[in-house]
Amino acid sequence: MSMELDVFVGNTTIMDMEVYQLWLDGLTVSDAVKVRMDEGALLECEANPEVLTSDTMDQFRTFQMCERLLHSPTKLGSQLLYQIPAQNQIILIERYYEFDSVFAREVLGKKLSKGTKKDLDDTSCKTGITLKSCRRQFDNFKRVFKVVEELKGPLVENIQRHFLLSDTLARDYAAIVFFANSRFETGKRKLQYLSFQDFAFCAGQLISYWTIGAMGAPTVPDSMMEDMDVDLEKEFLNELKDLKVLVNDKDMMDQHKILVCAALRGKIKVYKLMEVNFKNLSRALINLASKLTHTKDVRDLFIDLVEKFIEPCRYDRWTVAEITLFLTHYTNAAHCLGTFRHQMIWDRYMGVIKSCILQMYHE
Amino acid sequence: MPGKLKAKIVAGRHLPVMDRASDLTDAFVEVKFGNTTFKTDVFPKSLNPQWNSEWFKFEVDDEDLQDEPLQITVLDHDTYSANDAIGKVYIDIDPLLSCEAATVISGWLPIYDTIHGIRGEINVLVKVDLFNDLNRFRQSSCGVKFFCTTSIPRCYRVALVHGFVEELVVNEDPEYQWIDRIRTPRASNEARQRLISLMSGELQRKIGLKVLEMGGNAVVGYLQCFDLEGESGLVVRAIGTACTLDKLSPGTDSKEPVFSEDPPHSLSGPPTPLRTLPSSSPPPFSPSKPCSRQSSSSDTDLSLTPRIGKTSPASSPSPPLSAPFLIPTLKLTEFPIFTLTCFPPGFLVHVGGVVSTRSVKLLDRIHNPDEPETRDAWWEEIRQEIKSHAKALGCHAVVGYSESTSICEEVCILSASGTAAMLNPRFMREGCLDTGGSDHRLSRQPHPGMVGSERGEGEVSSTWLGFEDASPPSCGFVHIPYDEFNMPFPAQLTYCYHCRRQKVPDVLFTTIDLPAEAEVTGKGCLIQARLCRTKKKAQGEVNATSISNLLPFMEYELHTQLMNKLKLRSMNALFGLRIQISVGENMLLGLASATGVYLSALPAPGGIQIAGKTPSDLSYDQHISTMQKRIDDTIAKNKELYNIHPPECIEEVVGSPIPDRQRSSRLFRSTSESSDELSELDLSHGKKDAFVLEIDDTDAVEDIQSLLTDAPIPAGFYSCNTEVMPGIHNWTSGLQMFTSVRVYRLSNANLTNQGLNKIFTDLCENLLKSLYFKLRSMIPCCLCHLNFTVAVPEEELIQVRGHTYLSTPLLSWSGENEEQLQFSMEMCGESTISNNQPTAKPSAPSVDYGSFADRCSTWLELLRLKAHTIRRGSVKTISSSERCSPLPEGRSRSLRSTRSLPCGAPVTVVKMTPLSFLPGTRIVKYLGIINMFFIRETTSLREMNRKCLHFSEGGVSGFLHSFIAEVFAMVRAHVAALGGNALVSYSMKECVFMENPNKNQAQCLINVSGDAVIFIRESDQEAIPPLLTSRQTSSTGADGTT
Repeated sequence: MSMELDVFVGNTTIMDMEVYQLWLDGLTVSDAVKVRMDEGALLECEANPEVLTSDTMDQFRTFQMCERLLHSPTKLGSQLLYQIPAQNQIILIERYYEFDSVFAREVLGKKLSKGTKKDLDDTSCKTGITLKSCRRQFDNFKRVFKVVEELKGPLVENIQRHFLLSDTLARDYAAIVFFANSRFETGKRKLQYLSFQDFAFCAGQLISYWTIGAMGAPTVPDSMMEDMDVDLEKEFLNELKDLKVLVNDKDMMDQHKILVCAALRGKIKVYKLMEVNFKNLSRALINLASKLTHTKDVRDLFIDLVEKFIEPCRYDRWTVAEITLFLTHYTNAAHCLGTFRHQMIWDRYMGVIKSCILQMYHE
Repeated sequence: MPGKLKAKIVAGRHLPVMDRASDLTDAFVEVKFGNTTFKTDVFPKSLNPQWNSEWFKFEVDDEDLQDEPLQITVLDHDTYSANDAIGKVYIDIDPLLSCEAATVISGWLPIYDTIHGIRGEINVLVKVDLFNDLNRFRQSSCGVKFFCTTSIPRCYRVALVHGFVEELVVNEDPEYQWIDRIRTPRASNEARQRLISLMSGELQRKIGLKVLEMGGNAVVGYLQCFDLEGESGLVVRAIGTACTLDKLSPGTDSKEPVFSEDPPHSLSGPPTPLRTLPSSSPPPFSPSKPCSRQSSSSDTDLSLTPRIGKTSPASSPSPPLSAPFLIPTLKLTEFPIFTLTCFPPGFLVHVGGVVSTRSVKLLDRIHNPDEPETRDAWWEEIRQEIKSHAKALGCHAVVGYSESTSICEEVCILSASGTAAMLNPRFMREGCLDTGGSDHRLSRQPHPGMVGSERGEGEVSSTWLGFEDASPPSCGFVHIPYDEFNMPFPAQLTYCYHCRRQKVPDVLFTTIDLPAEAEVTGKGCLIQARLCRTKKKAQGEVNATSISNLLPFMEYELHTQLMNKLKLRSMNALFGLRIQISVGENMLLGLASATGVYLSALPAPGGIQIAGKTPSDLSYDQHISTMQKRIDDTIAKNKELYNIHPPECIEEVVGSPIPDRQRSSRLFRSTSESSDELSELDLSHGKKDAFVLEIDDTDAVEDIQSLLTDAPIPAGFYSCNTEVMPGIHNWTSGLQMFTSVRVYRLSNANLTNQGLNKIFTDLCENLLKSLYFKLRSMIPCCLCHLNFTVAVPEEELIQVRGHTYLSTPLLSWSGENEEQLQFSMEMCGESTISNNQPTAKPSAPSVDYGSFADRCSTWLELLRLKAHTIRRGSVKTISSSERCSPLPEGRSRSLRSTRSLPCGAPVTVVKMTPLSFLPGTRIVKYLGIINMFFIRETTSLREMNRKCLHFSEGGVSGFLHSFIAEVFAMVRAHVAALGGNALVSYSMKECVFMENPNKNQAQCLINVSGDAVIFIRESDQEAIPPLLTSRQTSSTGADGTT
């Protein structure tokens, strides 16, 4: 005797969120049944393996049928096929779009193309996440990217509007989209120590301060036509060249150093080393800024930050507090330079660089 | 030209991509009614077209309005080739024809294609302007209201009950016409859907005419069924109860349907209602019918009436009734048969027991669709028999009546069952029941088979009537309606444990719901008897004969099982009994479900005594005593479980003398062999009525096995197949409805009856277990209206399959101190009774091979979504957190969940329930009947299989799963378009699944029905759906105060 057909349908679609997670994790029905058994599902309601298998299969089928709708979450609310209570819809969507940060870290900055998708089995091996789950997450990234890419307006809001995600998750997706769009280099060995959260934070900073949308829409009404949040503001990047004066003008550089040293003396243990290295550090940051007009250099932003600034500091055993102090005074001191006219640009640049460095400065 | 139908096509959304090149669709719409078709403009290149069409106006006869559906076809315009159909929407405009129902159909309706399923949605507006037609000879019956609900619909009051109405229309099945060989599956499916829609429209119209003729204005308990007779055609038949209903004004508090204070046609002497209780307009009763085996003689008709409810002797020859007894003026439609299962207080006077009839027929091609006489005659015959059985029980009416068929190839089993009862004639139409006066004399001569209807007179009468007036409503209905000295079947009578004045039987079986006024001890529970019998494969008459020979044994065994299980649970009455017998090529399946209760007014059931016939050796005795002990333990445990603790004091009182001869025949049922032992046991009177089970033969062993192997219900669950769970009163308002379908394939093994029985029992048990498991997060809860349907669908040569629908609404309720959910199941199928003693044991023919599959479908209604709200945070701890945080009441919880909803969810939530009400809510308006028929077919089963391989699951399940989901979606959409927010009395009457893996093909037919309603919550205001406020201002205003 074999079960030919086994179906369970409710007027209100009933979903077991534990089983949903197993499904999202890409388990097969039999694996999921095993997991549930291990978790003691059989102890409830005098269930037997048959009942459990049937239930798991039903649930998996339900999720599979709903998956199509989850691809465009706004449809989930207006579709008539499944009556799902609104609060459950929210959970379904949120969980579907949640991703493993380990996985996201792997894909970050890569082109969301078929080629990348083919390599997912490697990623799957490396991260221990099932291939099916990897594919789902990858497809999610790609889907969000495709939809948002062409849209005007703030990136996070667009993601939220089209995918009905929570604020946190939408921000993470914004980071992924941002990285994928600008193709930032994240895969180098030296960058391996950075987590997805580190990059997501940096992306948030870049989006908030360096894009067109960042400076407030009213000032640039025409540029609403552009991808406000996805691309860095060209004009701003061009203006960054002006900062070169801080290293090219020897007087200014010396004065800058004096001001910083005066402020930091006695406050940091690495004062000596700082004094020696000041010019190198300053040059590193300024050069970085001036190069950003080239797409290639924009992509290398993070590796440059690590190689040119973070590694030297780490070598000299700076603490985070010391770096904080240094960057604060380094930024502020420039305001006291009588001849330095690019205060606005400077602040905009340094604000982001400072918070990125602080986020990235760890083991 | 009494009607103008107006339709406007507003917009479409989520349309499928029809043009691969552009990934878009050039959609337009055809609107068709009768022979008139209108078209919208093409809305190019969009998946969300905005047609915003003009009003298309159809000027039509109201006859057509009733018969025809409005047909909306969405197409993709193609310049070079034929336009491709995207899908269709059929709109039944019947609800718009009654002024009290809906006024407009407006909303998003799914566009359905029989091959692709739902493909987007279309927004339409439909209205009807109806002109009055006073023509006496009109063919239409606009305005007659139809209700699937088998009780008086809430918010109405019944002025008069006119009685039974039935109608039947037949046609050729398009699937079997020659043209089907050359047309596409889609065309064939659509032809079928359309035909059935037309036929049910026509059926409804004709029934409406009958109702108008009788002077009524509504049909309650409307039950429409399809018989897919294959080659021989398609039959659509319906039965119902004609009534005159008065709408209660929304202001009055109308939770309970009430009878009007003075029924206009009430009988002269209300103080002595019994006197007027006549021997109800007896039908032309030919006593020869039940016993005559037409099967042997006639070539096409095999009529077999095993026996009836508790009226075994009914099939024994009863004296012929004299001709004057007939009242020629009464038509069949006026027989006091009622499809209602739930009655207003005072309506039901006495209940006699279950009556049922089955008849095996051979189908032949319907030659002339306009003359459906053969089928009519078949049913008429059956109703006659039911009637006569009721008479044998001393009753003048049959309530809780239903009819069903089971078809396999050319053999068809027609079944009907109901509960014999005495009704309060106050609400009957005069012609129907009040003719009694003239018959009394005639029918007074007592004859054994037909007793008691005139008991109201004669020597017993005075006392009887005296009692009658005094008898409290809580026990009156269990008092025997028949004459205790001329009982229609052997039963043990005692004085009523409640009023001590009237006689009551020891056990009561009924097909109706537990009357609200009945006094129950403890809680009720679902009781099921399952049986599987093999039969030889045969053709034609031989086949029919072998089936009709098997039927009595099956009924007998089912009855025995029910009886045993009832005793095992220490209960003494069954409500909502449904017995379904399905025929397959090489087996018969029997499934009986009912809700067992302990009626306080009936005597306590005795235990079960096991007796070995040949007490030969010690080990055997030991075996018996172990079994006995297990049984006793189980009974004790069940008493605890169901909280059955009848007051002990009754015992002494009961000692009241019972005539000796009653005692001698006290055993309601006993196998012939065991009767000897019986006398040895000390069975003074009903009290210790030990029920003797023989375990000498394998059948008895099987009985006991099945008794003891029934898995107990997990803690926190309750189940019943009636609307209300007996013994549980506080229901919360959340509820869910589920359907589950299962098909099993039997391996080609030689299966014996026992083997099959075991398998079948396991199937049912497993299905129940699955339900419990799935709903575990909802406990405590109750499965109400738990409904199983079994079938053995025909298939190729090799397989016989069965399928079971299981429908279960789940309701939650709160007990005195703990909060609980209630869950119940209903049987939707056909029922019969089982009770009598066949003279011989069924022989078990062995089969060479058999493989069968079994399918179950389940609808469950769950009350509350609390599980989900709580689940959100911590997944693992749901169940425990739920249990340990008993919220004080449902209200606070639902408030919380409402708040978490994002505002403005665009889709109206539509509840569906097989119950006639939604707990904790008030139905403020009935919008009309929903009766929909869908066919779905796939020709890419293999592809579906492949797609699903990952889950190692068949594509068939996926196919059916999405189809059922689609059907639900369409039903919900239509309810919402009528302005409703719930479908009550929902039932899935048909779910036929056919698979042909060789052709890579599967097909499924589903028929669903119910009443679309608007409800409002009694407790919290905010749950009122937005549409209500606009549409129902008056009633919401009134309800606002509750």
